[in-house]
Amino acid sequence: MTDLQTDSRFADPDSAYRLLIDAHRGLNDEDSAALNSALILILANHIGDSAVLAQAIALAKTTLTAGECKAPV
Amino acid sequence: MAAHTETTPDHRTLYQFGYYRTSDQDAVEPTRYPVVIVGAGPVGLAAAIDLTLRGIKVVLLDDADRIGEGSRGICYAKRTLEVLGRLGVAQPCLDKGVVWKVGKVFFKEAQVWQFDLLPEDGHAMPAFINLQQYYLEHFLVERAIDLGIDLRWRNKVVGIEQGNDGATVQVMTPEGEYRLSGAWVIAADGPRSTLRGLLGLEWRGEIFEDRFLIADVKMTGDFPPERWFWFEPPFHGGHSALLHKQPDDVWRIDLQLGPEADPVDEQRPEKVVPRLKQMLGHDRFELEWVSLYSFQCRRIDRFVHGRVVFAGDSAHQVSPFGARGANSGIQDAENLVWKLAMVLNGEASETLIETYHAERSQAADENIRHSTRSTDFIAPRSPQEVRFRDATLALARSAPFAQRMINSGRLSIATVHDTSLSTPDVDRWNGVAQLGAPAPDAPVEDAHGKPIWFLDLLGGTESLVAFGAVQQVKCPLLLEGRDFHDRRGLLRRRLDASDGAAFLFRPDQHLAARWRKPEATDIAAARRRLRGH
Ligand SMILES: Cc1cc2nc3c(=O)[nH]c(=O)nc-3n(C[C@H](O)[C@H](O)[C@H](O)COP(=O)(O)OP(=O)(O)OC[C@H]3O[C@@H](n4cnc5c(N)ncnc54)[C@H](O)[C@@H]3O)c2cc1C
Repeated sequence: MTDLQTDSRFADPDSAYRLLIDAHRGLNDEDSAALNSALILILANHIGDSAVLAQAIALAKTTLTAGECKAPV
Repeated sequence: MAAHTETTPDHRTLYQFGYYRTSDQDAVEPTRYPVVIVGAGPVGLAAAIDLTLRGIKVVLLDDADRIGEGSRGICYAKRTLEVLGRLGVAQPCLDKGVVWKVGKVFFKEAQVWQFDLLPEDGHAMPAFINLQQYYLEHFLVERAIDLGIDLRWRNKVVGIEQGNDGATVQVMTPEGEYRLSGAWVIAADGPRSTLRGLLGLEWRGEIFEDRFLIADVKMTGDFPPERWFWFEPPFHGGHSALLHKQPDDVWRIDLQLGPEADPVDEQRPEKVVPRLKQMLGHDRFELEWVSLYSFQCRRIDRFVHGRVVFAGDSAHQVSPFGARGANSGIQDAENLVWKLAMVLNGEASETLIETYHAERSQAADENIRHSTRSTDFIAPRSPQEVRFRDATLALARSAPFAQRMINSGRLSIATVHDTSLSTPDVDRWNGVAQLGAPAPDAPVEDAHGKPIWFLDLLGGTESLVAFGAVQQVKCPLLLEGRDFHDRRGLLRRRLDASDGAAFLFRPDQHLAARWRKPEATDIAAARRRLRGH
């Protein structure tokens, strides 16, 4: 079984980030949330490994418990 | 020549120069020069000095007669310093400037990321220095004056006429107008370029709505010379902030204010001082300069129009995150100048100037791309963009991938030109040297065993650097073991040089061709190629 990979895997992380930003440009907040939900499902399926998905969820949750993420408005 | 006076750094006018009359103003027909340069900012000055060093006569025109009005640019990158070194201006910049290499990024209260720009030794120049732009300009002007450059203050270009073999500019002075022609005209007249307007060129790109307050404050404190960037710091609710050291105990502070900020109101000391107090936690500082900015990322389509060539901010403009404005402009100048010199000396045809457009518009696109992305990260436009940004910052504490995504400005590095002037590699190469990139520096010894930097050895001439005997070539040759010694082997390693290998560098020190075992015909072909033939 593979573990969640958290090292940097993009050759050009800035362009990957920009793809996400571009995808949301012009969307209202509700559409953005819908897009993100679809995106997460697609990527989760691409990973195809519930154990890895669970690790990703756990890592993402740390950003909430640390109080570092703004609660969505 | 122009007299200049120095006042204390907190005065608006730092260096005052004088208008003077030249005989060109009495000439019936416009006097013709090889090159007329419009604009004595960092780019026009660098071009004028470089051309002069290459034996080309220039006239440099500027509509102002002083340097002052705030510092604007503060960070100058390694490659720029290397170019300035060749122009004879690096030393005063290094003496005066603040060397830094560590950058820290904070999210809310805590540090989330730290970077070190050049952890490697064996380079003459540091990764970056901070220096008020007025000092840089002043050092360039002093050098220009030393070289006897014809630098005409209060000479404002107000018209231009293109011909087949040159262009004629209409110049306004306090004593009326006159005309001047150049076989080539360099438009280095800045972001509000008159020449761009006169030629009707479109200035296309993205305009960012967020406003930023830029303040230079004088204070003596125990801060290290590092670049500190805050996202959502407690002292500046919801916005980003930057603190960066300059010489003379001056600190650059950059505060994001948002799109609604009122430019007049926000610059009032009654408004600025309390903001800074909150950030610094004390009020033991003096305001030296305050300004409010919004940023643009844009360029003109083509950098060459007949005999008029655009360089620096007249051709492209970026946001300051990444310090890519003056840095890329000075590299425009260095790219253009050797090509102009070759064309004017009859060594290359005019088509070589087209490669200036190809190479530097490529660089401009790269710079615009980087500075646009940085601005997206620093000034998110929607709640979702804020969430992406904040999630990246929060993840950065534990996930390395997120650290690499933090973008508080990707600092200027030299562009690797993907260019027709390079001869494609036939051999396999490792090492840090790249085709189309500037030569890596390294400490070597000259023929007499005296320590010298490799880049100083290259200087501004096209050179073939060889590690072992090469056949008869007409090119200036630097043979390791005879003309210089690579005792530490650092140069060998950086170039991945094997015995018998040879490297052809352009007059701007960019690598044009390399071979493990060169033939004289290969070298000759590569030399023609770098001339655009
Ligand atoms: C807040 C801020 C921070 C910045 N930080 C950095 C940084 O850290 N690093 C960096 O590299 N860059 C930085 N920049 C960008 C940098 O200041 C510019 O890129 C740089 O000044 C461009 O140089 P230039 O010679 O092309 O143009 P300019 O410096 O604008 O010079 C143009 C000259 O042309 C003259 N001129 C204009 N019109 C005419 C005319 N018609 N006739 C004759 N003369 C004319 C002007 O008087 C001026 O002297 C920053 C900019 C800002 C605003």
